[in-house]
Amino acid sequence: MNSGASPLLQADHIVKIFGTLRANDDVSLSIKAGEIHALLGENGAGKSTLVKMIYGALQPTSGKFIWQGKPLEIASPAQARSLGIGMVFQHFSLFEALTAAENIALALPGKFQMNELSSRVTKLSADYGLPLDPSASIADLSVGQRQRVEIVRCLLQNPKLLILDEPTSVLTPQEAEQLFITLRRLASEGCAILYISHRLEEVRKLCDRATVLRQGKVVATCDPRQETPASMARMMVGSDVMQVHAISGNTKGPVRLALQKLTTAAQDNFSVQLKNINLDVHGGEVVAIAGVAGNGQSELFDAISGEILAVQNNAVLMDGVAAGHDGVTLRRKHGAAFVPEERLGHAAVPNFVLSNNAILTRHGTDADLASRGIINSAIAFKIADQVIKAFDVRKGKVDPEARSLSGGNLQKFTVGRELDRKPNILVVNQPTWGVDAGAAATIRQALIDLAKSGAAVLVISQDLDEIFEIADRIAVISRGQLSEALPAKTYTLEKIGLLMAGAHEVSHAA
Amino acid sequence: MRLDLEKRSDRSSLMALLSPIIAVALTLLFGAIVFWLRGVDPLHGLYVYFIQPMTDEWSREKLIVKATPLVLMGAGLALSYKANIWNIGAEGQFVMGALAAGAVPVLFPTWQSPEVMVVMLLAGSLGGLLWAWIPAVLKVKFHANEILTSLMLVYVARLVFDWLVRGIMRDPKGMNFPKSVRFEGWQRLPSWGDVHLGALFALVAALALAFVMYRMLKGFELRTLGLAPRAGRFAGFSADKAVYFCFAVSGAMAGLAGATDVMGVAHQLQTPYEPNYGFVAIIVAFLGRLNPIGSIIAGLLLAITFIGGEAAQATLHIPDKIAKVFQGVLLFFVLACDTLILYRIKLRAKK
Repeated sequence: MNSGASPLLQADHIVKIFGTLRANDDVSLSIKAGEIHALLGENGAGKSTLVKMIYGALQPTSGKFIWQGKPLEIASPAQARSLGIGMVFQHFSLFEALTAAENIALALPGKFQMNELSSRVTKLSADYGLPLDPSASIADLSVGQRQRVEIVRCLLQNPKLLILDEPTSVLTPQEAEQLFITLRRLASEGCAILYISHRLEEVRKLCDRATVLRQGKVVATCDPRQETPASMARMMVGSDVMQVHAISGNTKGPVRLALQKLTTAAQDNFSVQLKNINLDVHGGEVVAIAGVAGNGQSELFDAISGEILAVQNNAVLMDGVAAGHDGVTLRRKHGAAFVPEERLGHAAVPNFVLSNNAILTRHGTDADLASRGIINSAIAFKIADQVIKAFDVRKGKVDPEARSLSGGNLQKFTVGRELDRKPNILVVNQPTWGVDAGAAATIRQALIDLAKSGAAVLVISQDLDEIFEIADRIAVISRGQLSEALPAKTYTLEKIGLLMAGAHEVSHAA
Repeated sequence: MRLDLEKRSDRSSLMALLSPIIAVALTLLFGAIVFWLRGVDPLHGLYVYFIQPMTDEWSREKLIVKATPLVLMGAGLALSYKANIWNIGAEGQFVMGALAAGAVPVLFPTWQSPEVMVVMLLAGSLGGLLWAWIPAVLKVKFHANEILTSLMLVYVARLVFDWLVRGIMRDPKGMNFPKSVRFEGWQRLPSWGDVHLGALFALVAALALAFVMYRMLKGFELRTLGLAPRAGRFAGFSADKAVYFCFAVSGAMAGLAGATDVMGVAHQLQTPYEPNYGFVAIIVAFLGRLNPIGSIIAGLLLAITFIGGEAAQATLHIPDKIAKVFQGVLLFFVLACDTLILYRIKLRAKK
C-alpha cells in the first residue's frame, strides 16, 4: 500500500439532510487504492446514508465526491458501476426462481452470450476462492452462497472500489475466513474495499484503516490493528459500553419449555421445513440457537410462538402442558412470551402508538386491559410507560408511533413489553439485530436477569459473539434440523462453524 | 421548478383533518369549471347544486332520506376497509336486503303488528349478511379476490331481484306492472315528513360502530390486521375470522339500509331497483376517513350531490349524470389528498 498515492475516492464535507435529521454532517474521508477501509458506527450513525451516496442511490445535500482526483456527481447506481464502484448489500437483490448466471446477466450492461458468461462466472469465482455453480437456482443456495453470487456479480465488472455492507452477518466463521482471503487478494490487486461492520474483532483482523461515525459526524480515524475492540467500541458509542454479567452459579430448574419431535410442513416453496426438533430449556438457563440466516430460525420461532401450529399437541410443552395445538394467545396464557425478529410489522404495528402496541401482546394476559372486550387505554398507557421507564426507551413524544423510534429503542420496547409480564418462558429471535451497542448490552443483561429469576430463556441468534456472551447451552440449526444443545464451554468457533454448515444433519436417505 | 413528495417523519394529524376539506374544495373548483364549460354561470351552478338543497325544509328532509342508506353502509364499509377487507358489493347486499324485507309483506300481506316491522328489518339485515357471506367464504376457502367477487355479485343480486319482482313476487292485482304489493301500516317505517326511522338507525349504528372500532378489542384487532397482518397474527388475531366479521357487519348494514329504503321510501319493491347508494357509500367511507362518525358528515355531503343533480337537471338543464361525475371526482381528490397525510409537497428548483 502506497500511502503517498492520491486517494481513489474522497468524500469532501458531505452533508445529507432528511427533513430535520442531519444523517451525514460534514463527513470527509478518503479511500486509497488497495486499501481495506472500515466504516464503523452504531445503527443510525449514518453509515448506510454515506455508502448509498457513494453508490449514487442518494444525492448529498451539500459537499462533493472526488474520484481519482476529479470532482464529480454520482447521479445513479448505473453511473457508479460504470466508474468502477460495486456494492454488495446486506439484503440481497436476487431473484430466487432464477439461476445464479441469470441473476448476474440481469445486472450486466450490454449484450453477451449466456454460456460465455457462465464459463466466466465459473472461472472468476474459482480464481477468487468463491466457487459457484452458475446453473444453480438461487432458491437452492445457502445464504453464504447467495452472497457469493452478489460478490461475483460485482467482480465481473472489474471494480476499483467494492463496498460491502455487514457481509459476515450471514456467514459461518469458516465462510467468513474464506471471504477475508478473497478480500485481501482483491486489495493486493489494487481494488479498494469499503467494509461496513459492527464486528470489531474482524475489523481489527482485516482492515488497514477505519473511519468511525457517530450521529452523522466523523468522530475518529484510526488504524484498527493498533486498537482493541473495547477502544473502538468507545469511539462508536462515545462512552464505555456496559459489561454484561453472565450467570455465575448454575442453578438449573425444571424443564419449562420442551420441544419433542417438532416437525412442520413447509409453508411455501421458499420456506424451511422443521425436521424432528428436540430441545429442553430449563428454568434458570439461557439456551441459544446459532445458525446462518435462513436455516429455519423464523419457522422455529413461529412454531414455538404458535403462529404455526404443531401437528402433534405434545410437540410443544410449556411447563409440562401440551401446547402444540394452542394459538399465540393461549401460549401466552401458559406464561410464555415471544419477541420476533422483525420489529416493524411483526413485533409492532408501525403506525400504532406505543400504548396501542402494548395491547398487541398483552390483551390476553392482562385481565384489566380488555375486560369484556372493551379496551382500557389508561392501562395500556401505563404498561407502555412502565416499559419505557424500565428500559430507557428514548422517544420524541409522550406516546409516539412505533415507526418513529430508532431500531434500538423499539427493540428495547418490544423486549421490555414481554419482560414486564415476568414470563416463565421467553423466546427471542435475533434479540439485538441491528441494535446499537448500548441497547444491545441492556437487552442481553435483561435476558440474563430473567433467566436468573427462574425463567427459561431461548435465544435464536446469528451473532456468535452474543451467543457466547450470554448462553449457558448452545444448539445449532441448519436446514431445519437442530443439533443437541451442549454447554457453551464445550464449543470452539471451529466446532460451531462446522455445525452451522450442517455437520449434524441427518440425511433422509440414511 | 419541480414538485417533490417528501415523506413526513410522523403522520400529520392536521392533514388527516384537512385532506377531505381540500378534496371538497378541489371538487367545487372542478365543478365550477364544468359549469363554465357548459355555459352556465359557475357561481350560480354551484349554488343550485350545493347550496339550494339545504335552503328549504322539503329538500332538507330529502337530504336526510338520501343520507340514511349512505351513512348506514358507509359506516359498515369503513370498518371493513380499515381491516384491509374490500367489500365493494354493498350495492348488491343493499338490493338483497330490500328483497328479503319485502318478501315478508309479499308472503303475509295481511300481517299487521309491530312485530312485522321488526321481522322485516331483521330479514333485510340477514339478507344483506348472507349475500356478503358468499365473497367472505370464497376469500377464506379459495383465496378468491373479494373485490372482484363482491362486485360481480352486485349484478347477480340485481338480476335476482328483477327476476323475482317480475315473477313470483309481483303484485297479482298490480296490472302486470313489475312491482310487489304495497306495504301498509306496520310494514312501513314510522316517518316524520319524508324522514323515516332509518335515519335514527343510521345515527345509532355509526356511533356504535365507532365505539367498536376505537374502544373495543375487536376494533383494535381489525385495525391491526389491516395495518400489519403479520403483527395481527402475532397478537393472536385470526385474519379469516376478521374476513367473516367484516363482511357480516358491512353486509348486514347494507341489508338494513335496503330494508329501510323500501320500508320508508318506496313502500314496495319495484324493478329496476338501482339506486347506486352502495357504490356511493364507498366514497362516503373514504371521505369520512374510514371513521364511522365521519361517515355521518360524508353521507350528508354525498346526499347533496344526489339532490343537487336533480335540481341542476330541472333548473340548469344539465344532465343528472353530472352527479356521478361529481361523486367520482370527489373520491379521486380524497384519495389524492390523503397522500398529504404521510408526505409533504416540496417545490424544488430544477438543476
